[in-house]
Amino acid sequence: MYIIIVGGGRLGYYLARTLLDEKHEVLIIEKDAATVQTITSEMGSISIKGDGCETAVLAEAGTNRADIFISVTGEDEDNLVACQVAKYKFNVPRTIARVRNPKHEIIFKKLGIDVTVSSTAIILEYIKHEVPTNPLTHLLSIEEKGVEIVEIKIQPDSKTVGTAIKDITLPPESILALIIHRDSKPSVPTPATILQAEDQIIAVTSPDTEDLLRTALTGS
Amino acid sequence: MKVVIMGCGRVGAQLAILLDKENHKVTTLDINVDSFRRLPPEFKGKALLGNGLDENILKKAGIEEADAFIAVTQGDNRNIMAAQIAKHIFNVPKVICRIYDPLRRDLYSMLGLDALSPTTIFAQMLKEKLES
Repeated sequence: MYIIIVGGGRLGYYLARTLLDEKHEVLIIEKDAATVQTITSEMGSISIKGDGCETAVLAEAGTNRADIFISVTGEDEDNLVACQVAKYKFNVPRTIARVRNPKHEIIFKKLGIDVTVSSTAIILEYIKHEVPTNPLTHLLSIEEKGVEIVEIKIQPDSKTVGTAIKDITLPPESILALIIHRDSKPSVPTPATILQAEDQIIAVTSPDTEDLLRTALTGS
Repeated sequence: MKVVIMGCGRVGAQLAILLDKENHKVTTLDINVDSFRRLPPEFKGKALLGNGLDENILKKAGIEEADAFIAVTQGDNRNIMAAQIAKHIFNVPKVICRIYDPLRRDLYSMLGLDALSPTTIFAQMLKEKLES
């Protein structure tokens, strides 16, 4: 696949490395001449100097034959415009934008960007996961299907400890996929499985029902 | 008319003053407090410090009741993003933005943004002046 990356900073650099290893054709568009030089000396001529929002630069980069266009500069507005130009001027089928401000994710989606990645939101989620009192963590979101995979921790003082799964009313379209017990042994939950303190439950749910699922499993 | 102007540079401040004189309700937004020095003491509108790409700041500026939104910061992309937020998220009836880059302006005009390129306009004016 031909993949164009706008922004040759740390993120763009390692992204290019990974994609090259997977035998993709990669081009980095970067404003800073010194950064372009570093990339060229380390990875070969896979980088051009220019503004990834400019039509002329994108034309030179052959954006019209790109399969994926990824913008990972440090500025949200630049990532938005670069992706919009790629999408609407060059008809790139898939555009991916890095978003610094998590609140901008919804806006980007409304404005036609196919995929947004918010580093801030991801780091927050990881940190929340390490806070012992936080019962629900998002593991994976399959956005185009409206489905997400979450982890729910059963606290020792939870009202549902000792309850069988068949006695718990789960919200519609929520499925318990896996339980990892205190002793790190995983098992596939059955209706007879009894919830125990410190169980970690991996479940499939939707953004609308995740609160109901958490309440059902933790009793609070 | 209630107007929110993002960017209180020379153009933004000038526009704010003109509209204020005609008794429109003007709110100017800028990320630099020094920019507001361009507004004279008799300016009756509001000056709000903050980033116009932030929905909360836009709400504070009264974008939900605004009749018009103008984006005239120094950054083309910032103007484009703010104008799209005003138009597509807050449904402001009249949204105008400045885009210096003529090619980018053409693209966003095609996408339905009311955008002006001072570069094209001023070059045209200079040409006409030369020929007159």
